[in-house]
Amino acid sequence: MTAALTTDKERALELEAVNLTLSWDGGQDVVVRDINLSANAGEVICLVGRSGCGKTTILHAISGLLVPLEGHILLSGEDVTGVPGKISYMLQKDLLIPSKRIIDNVSLPLVIGGLSRKEAREQAAPFFERFGLEGTEQKWPSQLSGGMRQRAAFLRTYLMGNEAVLLDEPFSALDAITRVDIRAWFCRMVRGLHLASVVITHDVDEAVSMADHVYVLVGTPRAGIPTTVAGEVVVPRSAREGVDDFSLTSEYLACKRRVVELLGA
Amino acid sequence: MSGAVTSPDARAYAVRRIMVPVCTMAVLLVVWELAVRTGMVPNFLLPSPTQVVAALVADASLLAQHAATTVIEALLGLGIGVVVGFVVAVLMDRFETVYLAFDPLITISQTIPTVAIAPLLVLWFGYGLAPKVILIVLTTFFPVAVSLVGGFRSVDPDMIDLLRTMGASDLQIFREVKLPSALEHLFSGLRISATYAIVGAVISEWLGGFSGLGVYMTRVRKSFAYDRMFAVIILISALSLALMFLVDLLERLCMPWKHTEGK
Repeated sequence: MTAALTTDKERALELEAVNLTLSWDGGQDVVVRDINLSANAGEVICLVGRSGCGKTTILHAISGLLVPLEGHILLSGEDVTGVPGKISYMLQKDLLIPSKRIIDNVSLPLVIGGLSRKEAREQAAPFFERFGLEGTEQKWPSQLSGGMRQRAAFLRTYLMGNEAVLLDEPFSALDAITRVDIRAWFCRMVRGLHLASVVITHDVDEAVSMADHVYVLVGTPRAGIPTTVAGEVVVPRSAREGVDDFSLTSEYLACKRRVVELLGA
Repeated sequence: MSGAVTSPDARAYAVRRIMVPVCTMAVLLVVWELAVRTGMVPNFLLPSPTQVVAALVADASLLAQHAATTVIEALLGLGIGVVVGFVVAVLMDRFETVYLAFDPLITISQTIPTVAIAPLLVLWFGYGLAPKVILIVLTTFFPVAVSLVGGFRSVDPDMIDLLRTMGASDLQIFREVKLPSALEHLFSGLRISATYAIVGAVISEWLGGFSGLGVYMTRVRKSFAYDRMFAVIILISALSLALMFLVDLLERLCMPWKHTEGK
């Protein structure tokens, strides 16, 4: 639980979803068929697909909340299929508890893990500055802006102490300018903390600007067509380095074009 | 900036919120007083406000003794009712079978008029404290139980999923998410229960007893002392309002985040 709190060292972690086949609520109708994904430490992978294609269902399965019909979730080779608590999950909404001050919201995973509230606050407090939350410790969630709430939610996700994190459209509720800022901040944090992260988005620009790998999902489960991976687009990290605005480069446009083609748009 | 612009308006509204009902009440009292004094309404049917106040002052010590009995019964019944309501709500939330079994029963129990049960309780438990407290428990546990069950069931399922990904147990999910989320519902129910408590105590005292505002009310009604009757009605209203005020105070203490201004 506390591994991520103590060190930023390089990890050889790999998160894998192997031959994942899923249904909604354990029924027999297949929503997602034979999906394979992998993310290494310090990598951001994005899942892109149309609304209702089963992206959130995939994250539920990876987090252990949903048991797959077939397939496995591996964390550095260890089978964690259907076991919640091994992989941190930040759901679509920030889900800060209104009745808890920010310090108690972000340190909640530590309390759940068995620490006293005082110990949990002491462990969480040093991270506030690094996550750009200094001065908000004693505030209520209603007193924070959308961007700050997302930062607090991400710190809480980080304090779950796992080296792999899942994020379900984490920036969708933010305004455009805040979204660009917090996206860049998030990528710096993931790479700095060497987390393996899987992010859902249906914004192609967001996916290409953040991800090391973009997995394009295609399918219409409600029409009986299970979702599969139409293709994987690798966004070379070297293309971002030394560039003022990656979104103006030819590499960015080539990646975006490929993603759009795979989506069939 | 916006705070500076709106704050005089907010202050003016706050003053209006107090002054408008106070003035309305004052006008009504003056009309009532004049109607009685001019003989538009016969005095033996309706005492004037000044006569009611005079009766209230004259019987103050006697009313205080009776009020003490009623308040003790109400607080005891309300306290037990809240505990029973809380336990019932937790069991109904935790076990679906308990919910299915008791949800209709609890609703049906509230359709039975209080005045119909009260004589039976006196028959079974005598003229002492027990039947009065039981009646208050029966009337006060329902709003608490129903509002709490609603509160527990309205918790965002994503919030519960989030805690499950943290490895939280059912007890931790209840303590960290469900209970705080249901507090607002609890206080809504408690506010209703608080008003039921005093009224329930008075109704139970009508049917027998040695002390209490209901007993006092029965005596003054039989002697046609309507000024005293109105005095005790005002006192009962005041006690109910005081109890509701206490619930509001408790809510402010228990839910400080609800009364904090946004950013």
